[in-house]
Amino acid sequence: MSTIATLNIGEIGYISEESLDFIPLKLLEMGCLPGAEVELVQIAPLKDPLYICVNGSHLAIRKETASKIQILKASN
Amino acid sequence: MSKNDIKVALIGNPNTGKTSLFNQLTGLNQKVGNYPGVTVDKKQGVSKLSPTQNAIITDLPGTYSINPTSLDESIVLKTLLNNDIKASPDVILVVADIENLKRNLLLFSQIKDLEIPTVLVINMVDQMHRKGISIDLSLLKEELNTEIVLISARKNEGIKEVKEAIIRCHVAAKASPLCSIDSKIDPDYFEKLKEISPNFSMYQLWLMVTQNNFPESITKEEKEKLLAFKQDISKLKKYQHKETIYRYQEINKILKKTYIIDKTKATDLRGKLDKIFTHKIFGYVFFSLILLVIFQSIFDWSSIPMDFIDTIFAQLADFAKNNLPTGVFTDLLIEGIIPGIGGVIIFIPQIAILFLFIAILEETGYMSRVVFLMDKIMRRFGMNGKSVIPLISGTACAIPAIMATRTISSWKERLITILVTPFTTCSARLPVYAILIALIIPDTKILGFLNLQGLVLLLLYFLGFASAIIAAYILHKTLKIKTKSFFVVEMPNYKIPSVKNVFYEVLEKTKAFVFGAGKIILALSIVLWFLASNGGEDYKKAEQSVITNVDNQNLNDDELQQKIASVKLEKSYIGVLGKTIEPAIKPLGYDWKIGIALITSFAAREVFVGTLATIYSVEADDEDTTTIKQKMASEINPDTGKKRFNFPVGMSLMVFYAFAMQCMATLAIVKRETKSWKWPLIQLFGMALLAYVSSLLTYQILS
Repeated sequence: MSTIATLNIGEIGYISEESLDFIPLKLLEMGCLPGAEVELVQIAPLKDPLYICVNGSHLAIRKETASKIQILKASN
Repeated sequence: MSKNDIKVALIGNPNTGKTSLFNQLTGLNQKVGNYPGVTVDKKQGVSKLSPTQNAIITDLPGTYSINPTSLDESIVLKTLLNNDIKASPDVILVVADIENLKRNLLLFSQIKDLEIPTVLVINMVDQMHRKGISIDLSLLKEELNTEIVLISARKNEGIKEVKEAIIRCHVAAKASPLCSIDSKIDPDYFEKLKEISPNFSMYQLWLMVTQNNFPESITKEEKEKLLAFKQDISKLKKYQHKETIYRYQEINKILKKTYIIDKTKATDLRGKLDKIFTHKIFGYVFFSLILLVIFQSIFDWSSIPMDFIDTIFAQLADFAKNNLPTGVFTDLLIEGIIPGIGGVIIFIPQIAILFLFIAILEETGYMSRVVFLMDKIMRRFGMNGKSVIPLISGTACAIPAIMATRTISSWKERLITILVTPFTTCSARLPVYAILIALIIPDTKILGFLNLQGLVLLLLYFLGFASAIIAAYILHKTLKIKTKSFFVVEMPNYKIPSVKNVFYEVLEKTKAFVFGAGKIILALSIVLWFLASNGGEDYKKAEQSVITNVDNQNLNDDELQQKIASVKLEKSYIGVLGKTIEPAIKPLGYDWKIGIALITSFAAREVFVGTLATIYSVEADDEDTTTIKQKMASEINPDTGKKRFNFPVGMSLMVFYAFAMQCMATLAIVKRETKSWKWPLIQLFGMALLAYVSSLLTYQILS
């Protein structure tokens, strides 16, 4: 199962509709919406948190949250 | 504040230039107060909108939505739910950043639905061209049904237009919701909600239910009805999610017609800089370098103004002494008030330099990268990446630092941060360290460029941080508090800091120190002077007993006077107090004079230097008023016949000050922030015990 946490740096995915219930309201409000394109920009030196770019927002979230948000990977 | 003034609330996402706009609107007419009942700073200022119309502008904490996840953000919600005519805002200014307009409009759409007159201010329009952005302003105004003003707060462009828009909006006083969330989600449900109270808008009532936050003006009956809506929590949560998605759909629809961004024009400066600043090696190297620069400059840059201030106050005391008639008021002035004020003024250079750096780091956007780098490490110690900011701010003053923990949403992480922040080396410790380092560490350079005194100071800072981290770890393992930790941090674009914003920040923090802690220091200096120049029976007989003592017969006049002054001090109230605790502190290498300084330091650490200044200037009554440093250097320990402030004593004192919780103002803040006496008392006694034991070991090992 692909989640934001399984992306590689620079890789892009699309947040799946099923994830809606697992996205904290705060993240939703910051633009982390189902269907949105999400890029993993950087991983912190100790593998956590993750630095993502979604809907124009550049955000750092913890791996724990990221691993709950399912994505569909962009077709290669 | 007159009745006719328009009350304006300034709201916006963090990093949108909200503070820049606030500074442009109000200039120097700003002050920091407190919200009634809560301790969050309330920044207010007066703005002259027109020759006849003023506005009271309140700068609310930055937030991404009005559903709060931290104490800071809940202030915004509280302000917006208040419908008390005296406190509720007449007009709301929502500040948005042109580049992140979509996300900023989410907050705008929520606020619009509260049905309070609202102006949308879009900032940083000077960057539009460079970023390839173009907007259809008139269509956007129509679609959003609002006044819109384009500004560039940094360049001071569009400020006049904002003022005009406030007046227009206030006069028109019309407000209509933007997204009718009810019809899209569950019309019946929201209809029932709306019927509960005619005094609030539907969206206000919805927020009261979802956020469990009720204004005082709501009736008991209404509140009960609202609470009934809370029965089905999962439904609430689902509707909140639906609401947010619906809002974004509406915003997307509107922006599609009005907002175009040409991505090929965008330069990815953020990406390039982030590759360096968040790199797994260079990121930490860079952060360490910044800390090193900060601490070196505090010590190096501030020494010149500090020496200058020190000399000025010594000369002032001399001048007063030579030109004023002798008497009790002159004594009070020379021995109490002048050294007291000098003791406050002398920290200003260091505090200003520290806040200058912190303000610059925050303004550039670099601080968010530090949070990103440090989160995992801090979590191991029960804290949060955001704890780094309080811990660094703590190097200036623990009071604003503890207030800065309000952005941390997990209670346990926040509590631990509050409890350990006083370990970091605050600027009140700095004068204590500075004078002790100057006395016991030689002023030489090692490796040709590193100032040895600066290096010792750096080590003391590390000691502060290390003890904060260790204490946090112990608390993390022992505190049994279960809270959900949630963490999201925005990584804003890098910006060149605005001189104006940095200036106001430094001014505000320095003022807070001078008038807050400064009052305590000055008051204590006067009390100390009184206690040192009055005493019981022994004190009154002191002069007689010295003169009649056979041992003193062959002293000359000067020496006799000196002896009298010294005996008088010993027999004064404060001398008695110091003597009483002397047995307890002798194993640490301290005498009763240092004991007096320790006692008064529990009010505020920096009083240490002021106290010694008072004690020594009282003692050396008839000599010229030399500077405090020279006086301490020439102080002799009568037991050994050597210098009082030798290496072991100096080290032991520095260790004591590193660990002890000696600041009444901080204890008061911890009490207010944790809402109980339990935590400040644990801090006070825990840290005092640690300080005593560590200093004892330091002195015994070194001597």
